Amino acid sequence: MNQEEQVQLLGLWGSPFSKRVEMVLKLKGIPYEYIEEDVYVQKSPMLLKLNPIHRKVPVLVHQGKSIAESLVIVEYIEDTWKTSYPILPHDPYERSMARFWAKYVDDKVMLTLWKACLGPESEREKMVEEAYEGLKCLEKELGDKQFFGGETIGFIDIAADFIAYWFGIAQEASGVMIMTGEKFPKLQRWSENFVGNSIIKEVLPPKQKLLALFKAQFGNDPSK
Amino acid sequence: MGEREEVKLLGTWYSPVVARAKIALRLKSIDYDYFEEDLFGSKSELLLKSNPVHKKVPVLIHNNRAVVESLNIVEYIDETWNSSRPSILPFYPHDRAIARFWSAFVDDKWFPTLIATTITKSENAKAKGMEEVGEGLLLLEDAFISISKGKRFFGGEVIGFMDICLGSFLVIVKARENLKGENILDKSKTPSLCKWANEFLSDDTVKNVVPEIDRVVKFMREFEAETQTRAS
Repeated sequence: MNQEEQVQLLGLWGSPFSKRVEMVLKLKGIPYEYIEEDVYVQKSPMLLKLNPIHRKVPVLVHQGKSIAESLVIVEYIEDTWKTSYPILPHDPYERSMARFWAKYVDDKVMLTLWKACLGPESEREKMVEEAYEGLKCLEKELGDKQFFGGETIGFIDIAADFIAYWFGIAQEASGVMIMTGEKFPKLQRWSENFVGNSIIKEVLPPKQKLLALFKAQFGNDPSK
Repeated sequence: MGEREEVKLLGTWYSPVVARAKIALRLKSIDYDYFEEDLFGSKSELLLKSNPVHKKVPVLIHNNRAVVESLNIVEYIDETWNSSRPSILPFYPHDRAIARFWSAFVDDKWFPTLIATTITKSENAKAKGMEEVGEGLLLLEDAFISISKGKRFFGGEVIGFMDICLGSFLVIVKARENLKGENILDKSKTPSLCKWANEFLSDDTVKNVVPEIDRVVKFMREFEAETQTRAS
């Protein structure tokens, strides 16, 4: 592969945002060079140059140009490598629904789930309630489908990676139990399908390492 | 073309994000039926049924299916009426990514910061917020220069996705400047954006679609008085 075609990904081992991009690259069989950025310790000059606005990972570099924001990157990959493993549906209406639910996960669900585990005590009850509401909506949207994308993993599943894997570990670390098999049987089944997928499995960060990280974070003062 | 497809848009006259949908429909010369929603009164059956999750406008109903969220609607219009020129999203994947990146910046960071300065009671928070708004505009100025490559709009010669995204907020910005005597879009700091703003607001697809600034000023004045009465 020539230099122009090479794909580089700046990421963080434990970040669900970073992993979204890796999942899509792997599902589409796109080779890439992975560069670990320890953003909490020191942001590299490369990161600061490639993502000066947000200074965050993931950042994808392709054909000498950089793209930031995980879902923007996923759409870029989808636009560029059209033939292998479609992540978004073909029909414009279905695509708009996929984008809607992915944004719902990002804007409404992820933050409330995290704050329900980690947030200040004063906010926690409200966050737990909001988290339930969010998960109930997703449970309904999922229905009896194997994945949000239908029979294969799609855009919404990728966006909801935190719920499938990270959140279970966060619950274990914090002792907060919101998403249980009894309350959300469909989401539970979906999580198992998602993390059990042979390609996704390879990409997920090791559980023990994440658990230790969360325990350390929950043990400290819960201000981010 | 030929058969008239049923397109409905649910919205409010003052909402900048509803304007996005209207501009996109106008760009593609799509006929549609418009329904004004009274969000302060009671939301219509149709709205509650088509957007049960957020119960917000705009909602585009096409062939009895509801599309929600303004930028989703714009993309949907572009993808569905893809043989009608102009194209709203750019052609190349990287340009599309840039448009999506900046629209996320506007919607998730810049505009919420601006709105927060209207709501906050703390003078300190307000000043800090306005500073961030100004910084954001400097970033958008650079983005505009780089993306437009000397042409009138982010989209080139014709209005595109990023123009619609940021441009839809211009009326609110100008109304706010009018109401508060502030200078948000400063010609000395962001000359290219100021020029772009004039081009955008005087464009045929935008002119009769976005609300008049005076009407929005009056609305903001009334809204502020109402919220202050409720708060005291």
